[in-house]
Amino acid sequence: MLTPANAELRQTSIVRAIQLAVVVAVFAIWVGLTSSHAVNALFLPAPLAVVGALSRLIGTSGFWGAVGVTTFTTAIAYAIASTAGVVCGFFIGRSPRLTTAYRPVLSGLFAIPLTLFFPLFVVMFGLGPSSKIAFGALYGFFPIVLNTIAGFSGIDRLFLRSAQSQGATRVQMLRYIFVPGAWPIVLTGLRIGFFITFASVLGGETLSSASGVGHAIAHEGDLLESPAMFAWIAIVLSVTIVLNLVLSVVEKRAVRST
Amino acid sequence: MQSVARRPLSATAIRWWTIAGLIALWEVAARLFGDPSFVAPPSRVLLGLPGLFADPKVAAAIGMAGLEMVIAFMLAVIVGAIVGVAIGITMLGRRSFFPFVLLMWGLPQVVVLPLVILIFGLGPVSRVAFGFTHGVLPVIVTTVTGMRSVSPLLLSSARSMGASQAQILRHIIFPTMVATVFTGLRLAMSLTLLGVVLAELFVSSNGIGNYTQIFAETFHPDKLYGLILVLAVTAVILNELVGLVEKRFSRWKEG
Repeated sequence: MLTPANAELRQTSIVRAIQLAVVVAVFAIWVGLTSSHAVNALFLPAPLAVVGALSRLIGTSGFWGAVGVTTFTTAIAYAIASTAGVVCGFFIGRSPRLTTAYRPVLSGLFAIPLTLFFPLFVVMFGLGPSSKIAFGALYGFFPIVLNTIAGFSGIDRLFLRSAQSQGATRVQMLRYIFVPGAWPIVLTGLRIGFFITFASVLGGETLSSASGVGHAIAHEGDLLESPAMFAWIAIVLSVTIVLNLVLSVVEKRAVRST
Repeated sequence: MQSVARRPLSATAIRWWTIAGLIALWEVAARLFGDPSFVAPPSRVLLGLPGLFADPKVAAAIGMAGLEMVIAFMLAVIVGAIVGVAIGITMLGRRSFFPFVLLMWGLPQVVVLPLVILIFGLGPVSRVAFGFTHGVLPVIVTTVTGMRSVSPLLLSSARSMGASQAQILRHIIFPTMVATVFTGLRLAMSLTLLGVVLAELFVSSNGIGNYTQIFAETFHPDKLYGLILVLAVTAVILNELVGLVEKRFSRWKEG
């Protein structure tokens, strides 16, 4: 008998099998292309060469230096972006008038690739980490402020009026209506903001910088050291995937607990 | 009770006064505190615009970037729509391949920029390629999610009346997808522009990146700001255009 639950289970295993096949196929194509020398090793180095470069890289002090710079830059930029974004978003989102006034401007600005302004940051703040901090903080600010506005302005007016009519104080309204109502959307903004800050810091380092992971990738590219460049790329991509999974779980937990 | 001494400012007035105030602040701060080698007040940026365009090479670089953007965007939309339909048309396809698409979309693509330049060279091809890889993912994602939002009731009733797959696509799936497709187009536009700009700025031997480098190194902040201002305004206009078309096409929904 094929019950709906059974069919569902069967489809899930087919899906997993297809996904596994895709991963295996991509890897097999990579091995095939590189071992047959069908593509230039400069553009696509062999998997073993990348693994070799990776293990060599991790032993160097330059590696940890670059990771340290990027971590530090991202942390400060994100601290600025999240504080400014949540505070501004809170004050704008609580007032319908300010929301109408500022939201279109903020979302309009966010639709422009702010990377355009990066050369100005370099001119003003120099090649060091401070230009990346300013740039990452600016880029990360937008999703956070927009989501915080959406969170606070989206609260049903009915709740507010009924709380007011029952004599709730400002603090009580904040604690029992504003925060629980806005929290899930604000959190999503904080998660998206983090990845945008991270990508902007990496982007800034790639474009013009003297240190950091982005600079290291661009530098290996300049030296035509493809295996080392691929090793760096693999590290950044795996870190991003892990962070994404972790933050999604944290976000779900935090939302459920309120 | 609120005693209204004078009429409060309207939202639009607040918006424009804030923008005017920020520009005035920039003007004053740049004139009083800014080092003229690095900071230009808005008045000087505007006055410098004619001089910026007097150089035909700068205008050519901006035009080239626009062309790269258009080509990358069209490629992203066409390829993205085809891939999106191919993935989203069956439940099995969506469940198997969509997670890969979402995974790729979450990655910071800028880390492969040096590789793209290595493969496609310093010219326009790598900018089109990088713009395309940025723009194609949102098109795929919104196409797939748009197809998913199609009511199963409509689908099964169409099937029971003997509609072909092509007819279902034409008469049921496409009309309900309009809204999502425009969200996708807007995202794709913004991200394609991001990809093109990143690649333009990364290569400093030609294109816009060349001029931002020259203007910064020769201490011409007015020209640097002007060039960036022109590009940013173009981005805003493009975005508003897609917004207008979107409003036009989704008017039927409001009824």
